[in-house]
Amino acid sequence: MTQTGPEIHGATQSPGSASGRLLLLTEPLSFWGGVDGVTGRIIDQRHPMAGTLLAGRVLAMPAGRGSSSSSSVLAEAIRNGSAPAAIILEEPDLIIALGACVARLLYGITCPVVTLAPADYATLEDGQTYRVDADDAGCVVTREYSGPL
Amino acid sequence: MPAQALHLSAEETAMLAGEQGPAVALALEVIVRMAPVAGAERLREITSAHIDGCLYHGQAGLDFAERLASLGGQVRVPTTLNVSSLDLLHPHLYRGDRETALAARRLMDAYTQMGCRPTWTCAPYQLSQRPAFGEQIAWAESNAIVFANSVLGARTNRYGDFLDICAALTARVPDAGLHQDAHRYGQVLYDLRGLPEHVRRHELLPAVLGHYIGHTTGNHIPVIVGLPPDTSEDSLKLLGAAAASSGSVALFHAVGVTPEAPTVAAAFGGRPPLREEPVTLAALNAARAELSTTSGGPLRTVSLGTPHASLAEIGQLVPLVAGQTIHPEVDFYVSTGRDVLAQAAERGWVEICEQAGVRFVVDTCTYITPILRHTTGVAMTNSPKWAYYAPGNLGVDVVFAGLAACVASALRGEVQRDADWA
Repeated sequence: MTQTGPEIHGATQSPGSASGRLLLLTEPLSFWGGVDGVTGRIIDQRHPMAGTLLAGRVLAMPAGRGSSSSSSVLAEAIRNGSAPAAIILEEPDLIIALGACVARLLYGITCPVVTLAPADYATLEDGQTYRVDADDAGCVVTREYSGPL
Repeated sequence: MPAQALHLSAEETAMLAGEQGPAVALALEVIVRMAPVAGAERLREITSAHIDGCLYHGQAGLDFAERLASLGGQVRVPTTLNVSSLDLLHPHLYRGDRETALAARRLMDAYTQMGCRPTWTCAPYQLSQRPAFGEQIAWAESNAIVFANSVLGARTNRYGDFLDICAALTARVPDAGLHQDAHRYGQVLYDLRGLPEHVRRHELLPAVLGHYIGHTTGNHIPVIVGLPPDTSEDSLKLLGAAAASSGSVALFHAVGVTPEAPTVAAAFGGRPPLREEPVTLAALNAARAELSTTSGGPLRTVSLGTPHASLAEIGQLVPLVAGQTIHPEVDFYVSTGRDVLAQAAERGWVEICEQAGVRFVVDTCTYITPILRHTTGVAMTNSPKWAYYAPGNLGVDVVFAGLAACVASALRGEVQRDADWA
């Protein structure tokens, strides 16, 4: 059965529920020019995680970066099923939230986008499984442990 | 609920409830959802919009535009359109696949169906009607945003895909950021007064300075002191476009040049700068070198007009190419808006340029859609934005140079560079 860690509370930028293995980025990523909207692969060769697939992962990065065309690329990735399962940020990012918002309104597919306080963000562990539940009241992020403890 | 954190007017509440039709309701829902993310507590009315969602990036952008158009969406404020993926006046220039061209054309049609003007230019500030000082607007396209804020003194945040058309359909934006006085004051000082006069007045200075500012100012608003007071709008265009390419600059002040900076104190809102970035000859030479990826080699392409060439810029080209012949190995493109092209044609300038071998590109731009015949070899440009993006987008090597050097190189078929600054 699944055990869960303590609840981490944050703010909702775009609602939805998802879980997946955390991909903790050490450097911000621009979706435009940085991610292939069809495959969901990081294609920015200057990014330390170049080549990594985002599909199904809970993507954590301190902040977004770059062009406003990133909204389109994220929405396109969500449409194609190649986007992250959820996105956790430290700072609100209009461009990322907008891509998720439009994909939800157009296709009914959610990619929750949330922000956590820096102290909570710092507890996230790369490669571990996290669940993100975000609604208009706020969000809860919990770590999931599978199997017997 | 995000909507509850917002104070909506009675009209906005009715719009959200669908009383002005489903397109307005959908567009306002996007604005209302994004308002708290932007830090806004209320919405603000705008009087004009400029949309860059008309450049085709994929199915999601097309689906969104066609959804709004099919719901009967009509823009509520005068709205201009940025470049598209196609040159409708010179369709033979497009070298991409047919499927993408069809989708790109559908996207253009959806936006014009919603009442946007088919201006197809990234330089809407060159059109006859442009925003006045202090006007609240929703503009997309990074170079247009920085020009509107800095040179016109109009007020816009960095809008882009999706949000631009939602603002046009509702005449509303989140009231935050550069829409408000408090967020428009300068923060970082760039003082040019230590530079030699010939460098401060050099043709390439605005572009190189903009590139340097974009790299160094971060999220802060730069203030330039020492730019010559007669600096042209075309130079300010290049400065802003460069700063919005290498960085995310949406507003700069140039003391004695731009309208919100009559004095240093006014530019900084009476406060001291957060910091000063040194503007040395060494720093500018390094920034200038970054705009080229090679120093020579067989010249195959010259591309001018990113952002779109103004009438004055085409006028400067005319005497340099009149009666000359571009080298047969070199393709020479000038990207401009269709309105400006028509004005140039009236003066006989288009014919003079075309006789020399210049190809005009309208409605789009040579670095965002497949137009260039040669995507290998060396390309020259006097545009810092083209120099910044073309190597990654197209795979070309770039030499950044002044107009005269670009033309002289095109006539000879080999790269001829400007002298370094010393």
